[in-house]
Amino acid sequence: MRTAGVVLAVAAALALQTTLARFVVRGTVAVDLVLVVVVFVALTSGPAAGLLAGAFAGLVQDALSSSIVGIGGLAKTLVGFLAGVIGTQFIVVHTLPRFVVFFCATALHAVVFMGLYMLLDLRQFSAPYAGVAGQAVGNALVGVIAFQVVELLPGAMERRRAQRGGIRR
Amino acid sequence: MRRWDNPVAVIDLRQRAGYLFIAVMVVHVILISAQVTSKSGVPVLESVTFGIFSEIQRVMSTGVSGVRRVWTGYIGLRHLKQENDALKRELAAAQIAAQEQQALASRARGLEKLLELRDRTSLRTTAAEIIGMAATQDFRTVTIDKGTRDGLRPDMAVIAPAGVVGRIVVPSVRSAKVQLLVDRNAAAGAIVERSRAQGVAVGVGGDRLEMDYVSEVYDIVVGDIVVTSGIDGIYPKGFVIGRVESVERSGGAYKRIVVRPAVDFNAVEEVLVVVTPTPAREASGGASE
Repeated sequence: MRTAGVVLAVAAALALQTTLARFVVRGTVAVDLVLVVVVFVALTSGPAAGLLAGAFAGLVQDALSSSIVGIGGLAKTLVGFLAGVIGTQFIVVHTLPRFVVFFCATALHAVVFMGLYMLLDLRQFSAPYAGVAGQAVGNALVGVIAFQVVELLPGAMERRRAQRGGIRR
Repeated sequence: MRRWDNPVAVIDLRQRAGYLFIAVMVVHVILISAQVTSKSGVPVLESVTFGIFSEIQRVMSTGVSGVRRVWTGYIGLRHLKQENDALKRELAAAQIAAQEQQALASRARGLEKLLELRDRTSLRTTAAEIIGMAATQDFRTVTIDKGTRDGLRPDMAVIAPAGVVGRIVVPSVRSAKVQLLVDRNAAAGAIVERSRAQGVAVGVGGDRLEMDYVSEVYDIVVGDIVVTSGIDGIYPKGFVIGRVESVERSGGAYKRIVVRPAVDFNAVEEVLVVVTPTPAREASGGASE
């Protein structure tokens, strides 16, 4: 059930990502929703789930983007694993630590992804710092908001039900 | 309770994230390597695998050679061995020079061949030692101790004092895989020196070659010398491939010719790699650039 949820979340993120791809900041997409989902899964479910989600999401993303299949998968596997380890070793329940984790995860992903492409002499990235920083901030904001929504939504619905019950009585 | 006492925990991947991480990363690396080709045009996976394995072969070859040298050279015939080695080197150089001279003389008969004389005399070679054989008999290849660091590239011809050995197929940084002429996937443009009949010498996987596409009208007899024609763009013209061992009428338009290679592929230890690009290789290199 949980696995199906992760797969659905990745699929939804990919679908949204393909529509958001046109919002580009200096050659880098402003928000990588797939990466946000991977880090979210890693922080909530641990390193094993994080790395598997990263591998699955990255490979699908690679296959859809007609690049070398595996480079995005490798980068997201690494990020998912490390985010999961951080999630189990440290208390990451407040907004600021979560923001930092999402920010650093995006930066690490960019370093590994672009680094591999440059190392293999397949593609060059000219001064991508501003683009990566913009994407890191975007991912961190979306990630933090996603956590808030997921955590606050059940309580809000409960209160709403309770209110409706009181009015009927 | 320890993890190993619980069989469910042993197969539960969530408790083995580290191993899972390493496994997934290795799969990714292999996946990427299989898709990316190196600068020499060989897939990275093949190049890296061969590079690693050739280092093992180098170490083993060095060890075996060291023991053999100590036994035969130092303890037994120290001075004679050194002298013999020097004489062998001189003889090898003389045989190469003799082959070049022989080829030059034959080409001097025609005006057309006069232009090729310049290419031939300027042949630049680099010596290499064989450090390993193929992992399986299905592929007739050897590993030499020179690689891209020494200027070696794919499709460079490899020769020995006795004649043509093969061509380089997979160069790594410090070593290279050489496809022998007797490999079933190997072929070279060939010409019978006496009758000037042209054909293609192809490997059949054994220790003999077949010369294909030689018309029935040509006069070919057992003992005729077969040399490279140079039309394949890999092997320089005029190097000895072998001698005709048998000639049969196949009933069709071509003769069935079996050639005994001039080189004893099981005994060859040192080879020369022709570094000078052939005109065809220069043309293809220039086009790709």
